[in-house]
Amino acid sequence: MAVKQIELGGLRGNPGRRRTERVVKSLFLAAAATSVVISALIVLSLAGKAFAFISSVEVARLFSPAGWFPRRGSYDIPTIVAGTFVIAGIAMLVATPLGLGAAVYLSEYAKPRLRRALKPILEILAGIPSVVLGFFAITFISPEVVQRFAESATFFNMAAAGIAVGILVTPIVASVSEDALRAVPAALREASYGMGARKRTTTIRVVFPAAVSGIIAALIVGLSRAVGETMIVAIAAGSTGGSSFTLNPLEPGQTMTAAMTALAIGSDQVKGAELTFESLYFVGMLLFLMTLLLNVAGERFVRRVRERY
Amino acid sequence: MAVAAKKPQVTTTDAVRARLRGSKVDVKGIVFEALLLLALLLSLAILVSLLVEVVSGGAGVLRERGMDFLTGNLSVVTALTAGIGQGIYGSLMLILIVAVVAFPLGIGAAIYLEEYAPDTRFTRFVNVNIRNLAGVPSIVYGLLGLSIFVQMLGSVTGGKTLLTGGLTLAVLVLPIVIITSAEALRAVPSSIREAGFGVGATQWQVIRSHVLPSAAPGILTGTVLSIARALGETAPLLVVGAVTGFLATGGANFIEQLQGKFTSLPTIIYRWSTLPNASFREQLTPAAIIVLLAVTLLANATAIILRNRYERKW
Repeated sequence: MAVKQIELGGLRGNPGRRRTERVVKSLFLAAAATSVVISALIVLSLAGKAFAFISSVEVARLFSPAGWFPRRGSYDIPTIVAGTFVIAGIAMLVATPLGLGAAVYLSEYAKPRLRRALKPILEILAGIPSVVLGFFAITFISPEVVQRFAESATFFNMAAAGIAVGILVTPIVASVSEDALRAVPAALREASYGMGARKRTTTIRVVFPAAVSGIIAALIVGLSRAVGETMIVAIAAGSTGGSSFTLNPLEPGQTMTAAMTALAIGSDQVKGAELTFESLYFVGMLLFLMTLLLNVAGERFVRRVRERY
Repeated sequence: MAVAAKKPQVTTTDAVRARLRGSKVDVKGIVFEALLLLALLLSLAILVSLLVEVVSGGAGVLRERGMDFLTGNLSVVTALTAGIGQGIYGSLMLILIVAVVAFPLGIGAAIYLEEYAPDTRFTRFVNVNIRNLAGVPSIVYGLLGLSIFVQMLGSVTGGKTLLTGGLTLAVLVLPIVIITSAEALRAVPSSIREAGFGVGATQWQVIRSHVLPSAAPGILTGTVLSIARALGETAPLLVVGAVTGFLATGGANFIEQLQGKFTSLPTIIYRWSTLPNASFREQLTPAAIIVLLAVTLLANATAIILRNRYERKW
């Protein structure tokens, strides 16, 4: 009787099956590599033209007292950076109390049933497209809120745009910080109650400090979204053509994102000064670096929460 | 007397509780809780006033013109005949391109990262990279589209076309698809995989017949969310040249349409809301917003329901 020899190679299955495995794996690897390629492309496509801009523009034009008027060759960077931070600042003044308040209430006070009913409100708010909030800013926030409390305000103003951006950012701040608050172990709260502390004391003195790095992360992520928000600002902040330097929220102002929109829309209609179009990429690069810095910082804080519990 | 009889009975528990709480009512505690609730209710009030503002402005146009508005052609001159038909069609085509390009790529990348990739420095770099991509402002994706799809690949895409817009949005939602799919795959317990390997299945067989079916609801939620995101995106489409004034659509075939000029619902809303003509700004814009909100909120609600319904504890 012939005993069939078992060879080690035979255990590896038939070659056809192995080939399928290899092909499938390399397909998935290619998909994953695409994301790396995309981020490389973003950096390259921005960096090339941004460098072309910065190497041929006179430095004086980047800090020109005239303000940001790219079609006239005046590229005052402080103007659009100031506009960006005025609006992002107002947005955070709105989103921090609303978002944190909602998060603390949902995580510490709301009963499970109420929580299930209220949380979708925030999720719906998060799903509203920014162009809709831009429309809301000019039809409601500017005339009914800002101009009512500050009569000197122009119709297009940075305050209305900032409030609308704040509404957009609120659900982001709320959901990230709620995750952080819920990650605080119940034992900490119980220990506090055991010492005779009230609910408010427990929330403020025990739960909040324990979750603080997650809450800071929520605020940083929110700030990054506010800095990068485009449509609300393009619709409601005014100054589509350009703007001189201003920090007054009741006046129209120009942000980096709105400046980019104006440049991009006008690019095939009006030819401005010779470097006008390249300035689009320079501002884009600046915006990309700013938000990247914020996101990396936010990521750091989130990781600290994870490590502690 | 009858009044005295209604006086509530003080039980021992109540008495002990009152004693423990101290004699004072915790006024500050109540104020604190009320303030927190106020923050939440204010968010609700904002949502309600936004919906009221939009519906009161736009319902008239939808009621009077109905299908005529929903199918009419784009115009920035005559408010009486302007409609959003081309915008709805454009948005649907963009979503189609996003689905064809971003879903296979995104889900494939997530499968590689969760199932195949060894825990090396490179893998961690890719993961960090994807999370950072998700935080890049959408207008920067517009610049990417402009320099890559319009200028470098202009011979394939035809310049500022439907295909360019769709590819730009696909790149924009790719990180969202990858992150949500990877989370869904991670939630599948390893015992499921080990059982498959134990009976001699190859890795791809285990993924195809066990891991993917278990993770499907989570992956589906992620794709629906990314569609909602793509539907509402405006800035990148403006940068890659969405038409906002007038769009001629003749009897073009599918390929010609892909390489033709395009518009979309959100870009129309942007243009109309900035027009000086009041009937565009105050009536047509909110009417178009009602349609956009109905679609995006429906997509978001579907995702939330899917998630809550199929959320599974292993």
